[in-house]
Amino acid sequence: MTFTVPIDNGDSVKIAEEESQRTLYPYVTGTSIVAIKYKDGVLMASDMGGSYGSTLRYKNIERVKAIGKHSLLGASGEISDFQEILRYLDELTLNDNMWDDGNSLGPKEIHNYLTRVMYNRRNKFDPLWNTLVLGGVKNGKSYLGMVSMIGVSFEDDHVATGFGNHLARPILRDEWHADLSFEDGVKLLEKCMRVLLYRDRSAINKLQIAKITEEGVTVSQPYSLKTFWEFSSFHNPTAGAEGSW
Amino acid sequence: MFRNQYDTDVTTWSPTGRLFQVEYAMEAVKQGSAAIGLRSRSHVVLACVNKAQSELSSHQRKIFKVDDHIGVAIAGLTADGRVLSRYMRSESINHSFTYESPLPVGRLVVHLADKAQVCTQRSWKRPYGVGLLVGGLDESGAHLYYNCPSGNYFEYQAFAIGSRSQAAKTYLERRFESFQESSREDLIKDAIMAIRETLQGETLKSSLCTVSVLGVDEAFHFLDQESIQKVIDTFEKVPEEEEDAGEGEAEPEAAPAAGTGEQGGSGDQDVAPMEI
Repeated sequence: MTFTVPIDNGDSVKIAEEESQRTLYPYVTGTSIVAIKYKDGVLMASDMGGSYGSTLRYKNIERVKAIGKHSLLGASGEISDFQEILRYLDELTLNDNMWDDGNSLGPKEIHNYLTRVMYNRRNKFDPLWNTLVLGGVKNGKSYLGMVSMIGVSFEDDHVATGFGNHLARPILRDEWHADLSFEDGVKLLEKCMRVLLYRDRSAINKLQIAKITEEGVTVSQPYSLKTFWEFSSFHNPTAGAEGSW
Repeated sequence: MFRNQYDTDVTTWSPTGRLFQVEYAMEAVKQGSAAIGLRSRSHVVLACVNKAQSELSSHQRKIFKVDDHIGVAIAGLTADGRVLSRYMRSESINHSFTYESPLPVGRLVVHLADKAQVCTQRSWKRPYGVGLLVGGLDESGAHLYYNCPSGNYFEYQAFAIGSRSQAAKTYLERRFESFQESSREDLIKDAIMAIRETLQGETLKSSLCTVSVLGVDEAFHFLDQESIQKVIDTFEKVPEEEEDAGEGEAEPEAAPAAGTGEQGGSGDQDVAPMEI
């Protein structure tokens, strides 16, 4: 986004670049990510939608990606900025691999690197418009953390972005416990994603759940959740208020 | 090594494929006082001989903490050593800040070696005149590296550099096979005994040496005089008792002993004052 302001002083029009390019608002956005620690590692769920404002335009966007051997990155917010972050991390993990010395970047290191990147961009008033979720397992230890577009960063047993913070986390606060089995973890995440599907207007019914354990990353095939719309009050929604919708 | 027409600058090869300036830089390392490093699976010990410019001055610092998990001992031009230690500290802290994770020592020594190599290939620079024994922890355990002015680096189980280091190396060669499984205490004892070898007869006292330890659950730190003396006492008990008993007779003997110590010092007067 270049702001060029033509200045007309009569003789000639001078075009001055008043401001350097910086992000003001996002265009194509992804909605919530929900992630939890479980017995063997971390589970992360997201839908595959990319909204263009209020239009649910793209329906096949993978918002959770594997990073290196030990980490998973999920992003909500501007999709192009997410792709940029993936390029940064690609370079980082490539350099790490080239050392070939038995050392490797774990989820903690990547989380901190991303925190530095996000915070530095925020300081330049040119943020990467994302909230990132970083999960991983290294040397038997699970790690789950989050970084926002202003550089706020923390770790927790369960995290969510966007609407997930308001709709999913209360469920997780009640029902999450340490050492969930894989099946229980998936059930819990599906419960959260179903609520989001009903109530978040930018959610679509096509989701992926990714799992990371000491062995590595698995991303499920996209699937949809069963929903129920046959509540009696849905049959005649304006029954109590004629003229409304 | 004698002067020849190919040794004026570092960017001139000799016909036999040698860079003499680099080799002369390695000579400078041999002039510094001894520094020793040894490692086990989980610990690294760095030790050095305390050498003072004169009786009036305090001794030069030769061991530096780079981070909680990395230490370095130097021999040669101390000024160069100090500058490189600062570089190492800087690299380590930058990595910690970005990744909240300790810099693997294997990567640090490669950065150091690359920095040294640059000085062997620029006509306006000179090689660093200091050898560095870098001890530290990695994901794969404890490591000890030696960084050379030439830009080479090697990994060691145990090594000694500086003057009279050959005596220490001989001692270490006899014992190194047991170091990998050594306990922390045995490793420290071996380091002090190796130091004793470099003193060639001079009585070993805790004031003469500096010892540092780092390990898997132990941040880099120096051992205090008392602890060092305790270790010395475990193997130097008998000679000290004899000296105490025969004090009256020992006095004239003590004087020549001090005399040889001084002669040893004056022998080192070919060493430039900037090298420790």
